[in-house]
Amino acid sequence: MSDNNNLIISNNLSKKYNEHLVVSDLNLTVKKGEIFGLLGPNGAGKSTIILMILGLTEPTSGSISVAGFNSTREPLKVKRITGYLPERVGFYDDMTARGNLAYTAELNNVPYREIPIKIDEVLKIVDLLDNKNHLVKTFSKGMRQRLGIADVLIKDPQLIIFDEPTEGLDVKVANQILQTILNLNKQKNITFLVSSHQLNLMQRICPRVGILSKGKLISEGSVENLGRSLFGGGKYRIELELEKVPDEIIEKLKKLDKVVNVTRNDSQLQVVCDKDIRQDISRLISSEGILLTRMDMKQDALEEIYLKYFKEE
Amino acid sequence: MRSILTVYRKELSDHFSSNKFLVLLALIYIAGLSSTYVALTNIRGAASSLDKEVFLYLFTTGGDVLPSFITFISFFIPIIGIIFGFDAINSERNSGNLSRILSQPIYRDSVINGKFLAGITTLSIIIASIVFIISGVGLFAIGVPPTTEEILRLFFFILICVFYGGFWMGLSMLFSVIMEKTAASILTAIAIWIFLMFFLPIIANAIANGMVPLANNAAVADQIRNYNIEHIISRISPATLFTEAIVVLLVPVGGNILVNPVAYQQSSSMLKSGKMILNPLSIGQSFIQVWPQLLIIVALSIICFAISYIIFMRQEIRST
Repeated sequence: MSDNNNLIISNNLSKKYNEHLVVSDLNLTVKKGEIFGLLGPNGAGKSTIILMILGLTEPTSGSISVAGFNSTREPLKVKRITGYLPERVGFYDDMTARGNLAYTAELNNVPYREIPIKIDEVLKIVDLLDNKNHLVKTFSKGMRQRLGIADVLIKDPQLIIFDEPTEGLDVKVANQILQTILNLNKQKNITFLVSSHQLNLMQRICPRVGILSKGKLISEGSVENLGRSLFGGGKYRIELELEKVPDEIIEKLKKLDKVVNVTRNDSQLQVVCDKDIRQDISRLISSEGILLTRMDMKQDALEEIYLKYFKEE
Repeated sequence: MRSILTVYRKELSDHFSSNKFLVLLALIYIAGLSSTYVALTNIRGAASSLDKEVFLYLFTTGGDVLPSFITFISFFIPIIGIIFGFDAINSERNSGNLSRILSQPIYRDSVINGKFLAGITTLSIIIASIVFIISGVGLFAIGVPPTTEEILRLFFFILICVFYGGFWMGLSMLFSVIMEKTAASILTAIAIWIFLMFFLPIIANAIANGMVPLANNAAVADQIRNYNIEHIISRISPATLFTEAIVVLLVPVGGNILVNPVAYQQSSSMLKSGKMILNPLSIGQSFIQVWPQLLIIVALSIICFAISYIIFMRQEIRST
């Protein structure tokens, strides 16, 4: 089960509620030190997978492990190294930030004399040190989310699971949260499993994603590779709009270096390629005496990949 | 074990710093001290010169305006139990704390066990403190120290109160596990309490009178049958069992007759005329009298908590 490079390994993991299959034969691996994004619409099974990782619900069949510890049989060992920040993180409003963190620290068996030091350390990371003696009920949503990050850091986790970490936050705060995730990943080599609908934000932090639909992992890999497999193999897509589109121009475009595929839709052309060849294309079209009215280049945005999957479903 | 203690300490600190604790404590103290005042003014009339266990009269003597302490306490204990249990789990779930807490390296039952133990401890402190205060005031006022047997009776009285409160706490905690909204769980628990405390005796009386109507000069056999039917139905309620148990325990002289209206009716004239003299029951004899009631109260507390525990352990934990 355990693998030196993989932190989370699931083997044919399935979960049924009554007769309804929520997760089906999931084979997922998350490597140590990576930020993995779990994508999928509501009801795709993301939360159930997270619960099974934490040992809070038992799989119907298959297994899942974290750092070699079976989540079903050894949930305490898993939870000792895994921090979980739910979408709607709750704190005791009538307690201070310090009080809430002290409670979490005690539940994690942090030695009593180390608790104040640990609290200051994690509050400093999330920039809440000045608010440590404030009641949580006075905190904004962004501050609560940052306190949530501090809360999971108390246990020095190897893995942090974030369920919709930026949901309901304004762009500035969301950016701060994402930056904190990137910093923690870089500085402390913490592995992240992030489940979110905010695909543009996910794309910024998740080099690798898994797309879930109806409990099945329908695709997994880097955003780049997912785009390649969906959009014809190239890394870039250049969309052209021409005054007229003679057949020979398509053939000539296909012969350009690094071009993988060219498709036509009326006066529009889509060139899939492995390199930014906009200059070559512009030069070719000018030489043919055709008026180029528009040219856009798109990297494979996660949102497009996501939409494409669920459009085809 | 450490995680249970951590939850227990936190819950205990929450209870002690909560407004509901202060309000309940104030209410119990006012009721307790008022009933002590009434007991002190009436104790001379209530106790006979032959009574050896005068001290217990502090807890069992009432007046025309205010009832005795044990009447007060049998009214307040269910309220305390319900208040300390009705939002134990659903408030944690609604605030989003439950999923955060359960993602820590603790067993799921640490949460419910810690909460229940903290509630029981708080309840014990409230009851024990008022009993000690009444004892202190009484000791000062009547100048008669309690006998060893009286101390033992008071100790077991506190224990029974705690188990009885534990039943109500377990019941309201059960509703807090199965119901999403705290308002629904407290209302359901209070509705059950009102039914068992106030309506069940009326229903039991109506059924008994329907089955064995009693005329003015009904035969003793019919009176006994009527009483037995009413009593069997009334004993569905833990409130009845609790009242019977504490009356027998705290009224060694004739307590067993007080809880049996037929026996009381039959013997009251002889008692008044002096043809019949009651001897106090020893603590052992009192226990033999109330053993079934005690067992049922303890069993009900355990059953209620066990059902909450099992349901909670099987529940899905989600953050939303």
